[in-house]
Amino acid sequence: MMGPVDSNMNFQEVALRLREQRQQVLASNIANADTPGYKARDFNFNQALAAALGQTGGNAMNMAQTASGHMPGISDTSNGVALQYRNPQQNTVNGNTVDLDTERNQFTDNALRYEASLTMVTMHIKKMLAAIQG
Amino acid sequence: MSLFSIFNVAGSGMSAQSQRLNVVASNLANADSATSSTGQVYRAKQVVFSAVPVSGADATGVQVEQVVEDKSPPRLKYDPQNPLADGKGYVAMPNVNVVEEMVNMISASRSYQTNVDMMNAAKTMLQKTLTLGQ
Repeated sequence: MMGPVDSNMNFQEVALRLREQRQQVLASNIANADTPGYKARDFNFNQALAAALGQTGGNAMNMAQTASGHMPGISDTSNGVALQYRNPQQNTVNGNTVDLDTERNQFTDNALRYEASLTMVTMHIKKMLAAIQG
Repeated sequence: MSLFSIFNVAGSGMSAQSQRLNVVASNLANADSATSSTGQVYRAKQVVFSAVPVSGADATGVQVEQVVEDKSPPRLKYDPQNPLADGKGYVAMPNVNVVEEMVNMISASRSYQTNVDMMNAAKTMLQKTLTLGQ
């Protein structure tokens, strides 16, 4: 709509949305740290961001459609994000694959990166205001 | 907003863990209860967790699916003076393993703390989002 201003903001907006989603997936893993048989899940942020921005290589998880009658065989996705199971570092007797250290590490990392994106948006808004007001 | 569903996920984790702590407390309090309201010896209780989807698409909370009774046989104590003693002078005591319960208690309290931390992190992220552009 607004051209360069909008597209510049769009990148951060998509990144923020994906960070939020990832935070939610990681929160689910941590909450289910003691649930028997629960498998920890996560998604590749880079791939999801590339897919959301419409770049190539993002939908590598989807099946190829070689004829017009083929159904789009989308893998376990939510809003176009492919969720994958984490490889367990240690096996547990109850079949749970949540490693609390890994999950908390990723959770904190993701939260910080979310705040970094927020700062970028704030700076962008300030820049625009400076350009308008002089 | 995916961040709001983190509150639901962490909340479900907190209530499930506190229920587990409740069961541990009941087991420890009744570690020496040779009889109960049913007239039978008290049996140790354990909670069974299961993953449950909450509002969002990827969000998975946790709930206490059922509370099961420990099937192991009661501990027999030789105490012929006890009115509950059988013909040979043995009293059936609860099958509560105090060491196991203490471990369970520490695990539940740590998991509860992790869920609280998670909720605080989500709250901070939301507050930062609210001040976006200021």
